[in-house]
Amino acid sequence: MYQKNDTRYFIVDAHIALWDARPENQRNIHAKQFIDCFYDYHRNLSPESEVWTYEEYLYQGGDRLMKDLFDDGYVDHAIFQPAYLGEFYYKGFGQTDEAFELASKHPDKLTYNHNFDPRNGEAGLDQFREDAKKFGLKGVKLYTAEWHGESRGWRLDDPWAYRYFEACRELGVRNIHIHKGPTIRPLDRDAFDVATDFTDLNFVVEHCGLPRLEDFCWIATQEPNVHAGLAVAMPFIHTRPRYFAQIMGELLYWIGEDRIQFSSDYALWTPRWLIESFVDFQIPEDLGEYAPITTDQKKKILGLNAAKMYDIPVPADLQLPAAGETAVGPRGADNLVGA
Amino acid sequence: MMGRHELAYTALGAVMDPELDEPITALGFVRSLTVSPGGNVKVHLRLPTSFCSPNFAYLMASDAKDVLKQLDWTRKVTVELDDHHDSPIINAGLAADAGYRGTFGHEAEDSLDELRETFRRKAHTAAMERCLTALLRADRDRSESSLGDVTLGDLPDDGFTSALMKRREALGLPTAADALVMVDHVGQGYPPDAVPLALRRARSTRISIDGNAHFCRGLLRTRYGTEASEATGELHEPAAFIPLSVLTH
Repeated sequence: MYQKNDTRYFIVDAHIALWDARPENQRNIHAKQFIDCFYDYHRNLSPESEVWTYEEYLYQGGDRLMKDLFDDGYVDHAIFQPAYLGEFYYKGFGQTDEAFELASKHPDKLTYNHNFDPRNGEAGLDQFREDAKKFGLKGVKLYTAEWHGESRGWRLDDPWAYRYFEACRELGVRNIHIHKGPTIRPLDRDAFDVATDFTDLNFVVEHCGLPRLEDFCWIATQEPNVHAGLAVAMPFIHTRPRYFAQIMGELLYWIGEDRIQFSSDYALWTPRWLIESFVDFQIPEDLGEYAPITTDQKKKILGLNAAKMYDIPVPADLQLPAAGETAVGPRGADNLVGA
Repeated sequence: MMGRHELAYTALGAVMDPELDEPITALGFVRSLTVSPGGNVKVHLRLPTSFCSPNFAYLMASDAKDVLKQLDWTRKVTVELDDHHDSPIINAGLAADAGYRGTFGHEAEDSLDELRETFRRKAHTAAMERCLTALLRADRDRSESSLGDVTLGDLPDDGFTSALMKRREALGLPTAADALVMVDHVGQGYPPDAVPLALRRARSTRISIDGNAHFCRGLLRTRYGTEASEATGELHEPAAFIPLSVLTH
């Protein structure tokens, strides 16, 4: 819970990780390249006071995570969204056992989402069914740029991916978080197009599709089950507040206040400063093309939207009704195509 | 008269990052440039992250090799990309002049030309939106729908307008004063009721490009610190701010 003046905000950090990138877990040079890239993101976008040492960044562990999120970070509930990266790290990047144990110990505070890879075929499907049961999954995190033998990426509209989505449907794993990632095909945007075939699943596109915000907004506005995750977009609030303002302005215009989810992307960044900054944030007046962000919109983005998706209990006095549809969607934009 | 080092560096200035729509020299991607007395040239390129799109990395590196080979005095031209997850693949492909398909094999897309064209269009869309939004901000009473009638001659003589003219030339769009500003990539205008939505779409394109350019510059600086580019012997100007590349996890 975060309180500023008399206003209280229920906080859900919808994208966190418990990773291990220490040298003993690095299988090859790509493991180092990957965590170094994260660390550059971290150093580049954090306020100076929030920059960690490289050693701290390689691994945090459960105690540190609990402190950063719940003692210091105002977070009421957080959701693990682990990346596997088995081609880079011996035990994977996201630490399944450690994270699941932690979530089991604090079920009121933590939700564990897992992942799957359709390139694992039937055996992977069996494994996913087991995982869904074992972890009590409500959601998965998919990373289409995952390397896998000769393959360095997969598409959400592959027939095998559809088999897995059908299993999600059957197992009640309703929330599909998608990370776009480094891929040889820079225009690959398959992440968004499948939503129309699985209207009973929620698709949360992390980084709100950046660096292709335009593609994301255009598709999300037409599909009511596509949501924007603010992982990596959030910290721009510090280094590039005008750019952040424009991202928020675009998202609120195209998809509206009910389909945007806050996250710190821990441990890329920590939630405390992001939440404080966001509550204080306003779109600059000279960006006259956007309406100001309201307090209610901030409350929804910071927690209520993700709480609704994950059935996380919210105190009655902090709940808010849904807003009307945006002028352009969902599907309203279809009528305007080629207009 | 320019020396050969300078000639080579100037030639590299014609190589663009297609996504960011800026020359690789201005972006600080040229890490070093060595010219031997006999006319052999060696270039090292660097990018903001190890996971920047390999497609774009290859495209810039092969363009760099091409512009240098086109200089009439160059002999052996070597271009190498440093510190990228695909450095071995790309550098081997460049050394063997294997071409795009030869370099990436089954992972290659149909056509790099199509990729270039897509980003030329995006660059035009963004340049157009900058000009039109500037008009809106300057006159809060102006309606979005009215922007469909604005001609090139109505635009102020400033940096936004000259950037737009360059982008129009690249797409073969008319550049006369009476030509409409708000057009698609084939030069087609919009009826008044379609203008607001088209402008909105253009705006989201522009915001993506702006954000990427800043992020990439900043990440490059974070990654390589104040390492001077040997190519210019100068420190790169610190970017005002920064961040998102093709990577994200």
